Amino acid sequence: MSTKPLLELKDVHKSFGPKQVLKGVDIDVAPGKSLVVLGGSGSGKSVMLKNALGLMTPNQGKILFDGEDVTHDQGKTREAMRARIGMLFQSAALFDSLTVWENIAFRLLNADGMKRKEAKERAIETLKQVRLGSDVADLTPAEISGGMQKRVGLARAIASRPELIFFDEPTTGLDPITADAINDLIVEQTKALGAAAISITHDMASARKIADEIAMLFEGKIIWRGPASMIDDSGNAHVDQFVHGRADGPIQPAL
Amino acid sequence: MSNASTKAKSGFPNPLQWLGGATLAMLGEMGRLSIFTAKTMGASFSPRWYPSQIIRQMIAIGFYSLPVVGLSAIFIGAALALNIYSGGSRFGAEQFVPNIVVLGITRELGVTITGLMLAGRVSAGIAAEIGAMRVTEQIDALKTLSANPFRYLYAPRFLAGILTLPILVLIADVIGVMGGWAVSTLGLGFDSTTYLRNTIDFLTWQDVTVGLIKAVVFGGVIAILGCYHGDKSTAGATGVGRAATFAMVGAAVLILAFNYLISTVLVDFGS
Repeated sequence: MSTKPLLELKDVHKSFGPKQVLKGVDIDVAPGKSLVVLGGSGSGKSVMLKNALGLMTPNQGKILFDGEDVTHDQGKTREAMRARIGMLFQSAALFDSLTVWENIAFRLLNADGMKRKEAKERAIETLKQVRLGSDVADLTPAEISGGMQKRVGLARAIASRPELIFFDEPTTGLDPITADAINDLIVEQTKALGAAAISITHDMASARKIADEIAMLFEGKIIWRGPASMIDDSGNAHVDQFVHGRADGPIQPAL
Repeated sequence: MSNASTKAKSGFPNPLQWLGGATLAMLGEMGRLSIFTAKTMGASFSPRWYPSQIIRQMIAIGFYSLPVVGLSAIFIGAALALNIYSGGSRFGAEQFVPNIVVLGITRELGVTITGLMLAGRVSAGIAAEIGAMRVTEQIDALKTLSANPFRYLYAPRFLAGILTLPILVLIADVIGVMGGWAVSTLGLGFDSTTYLRNTIDFLTWQDVTVGLIKAVVFGGVIAILGCYHGDKSTAGATGVGRAATFAMVGAAVLILAFNYLISTVLVDFGS
């Protein structure tokens, strides 16, 4: 498999008024690899992800997808990128007005022009991949539990067989057992697709399970990056404090 | 001396500073609303369209507004007939009730009342729905799924607004006139056939057209204000609630302002 990065963020800066959130973020992910970015509340993880997705535009720096600069492009290059990515939102962000299967098949129906019958079959097939039965296909998101919504969100992210999947706090708000099941599904489905994955989380159990590599974002910069197996021996005081969940250390609690 | 120190010293903001700030904020808001309107109209009148979304919104905006529009129109027509009868009796002009009711309803009250009722029911509803979608990241999700919110969310609502409001206004006109007819024939001693003949004879197509032209504009205002305030809604229940309030109040004020402007232009052109 190619080791050429599929997505690269180079020296990305982002400010909101006088508040500098990202101060030069450099990350990249190669096809088939899973990178987890750790960071405390308010460290800029979500802003970094939104910049990578093109939902925000950086003030400085570059974003390259498959070697193409998509930093300021909201046109065809960005659209071509979005056709090759999937995203699981923290809240699942399912469309209330659509049924579960219509959520999963949204891109297939609206961007790829697939017929409804075929799209529904694909949606039900994808539901099975995330261990949900076809009986939920015609329900609305409000009629299913939070854990099921996350699975449907994952199904929507993988339905169009993307090459890169973003996961925004995939286990937040779930009980440990459901969270572990979601982690297993993430690993299983990204491997099955051979997709690259970028996840942001502060859940260490999740990070250990889904990451090939882990990076730590602190005060708008990546301060450490290494293989997931090295996370307990990083030699970085910030990472150590975060991994062990200690209040004392260089990172001040976000109170 | 800096503005901050001026404020600190007196305890009150400098009036000029306040006026300047408010003017700049208003101009900024007008600019953002104009850009949003241009983008929505651009998405509405160029492919690609989402017909299922347009139909869904036409049902939500048009069909489900029928009860409130019908009830408002019948009471307005009835009250108008009573007031014209009462006022007209002072100088022996009671016989003009059918003429003035149909003129007032078709040119002014039918469309204005329908617009104001929909500002409350539809504009606030759109703002709350879009606002909730904004704060739960559904609009971001749309973008990541290669759907443009202007095409998928805002254009269908705008098109549904400008297509359904004229139909609602026609219905309100008929019901309003019938409200006046009911009060006049049942309570004021008018002959039913004569009342209806006077109504039809007096009505011109320009009277109806004036109402319909206003209806198209009001439909656009209601949808745009709802979408605009929903789209810039901030997080939380307060933000969504504020978006709904701003949408409703903004749409109501703009409807009244456009009503006057369109009336002025059309009267100048002899309609």
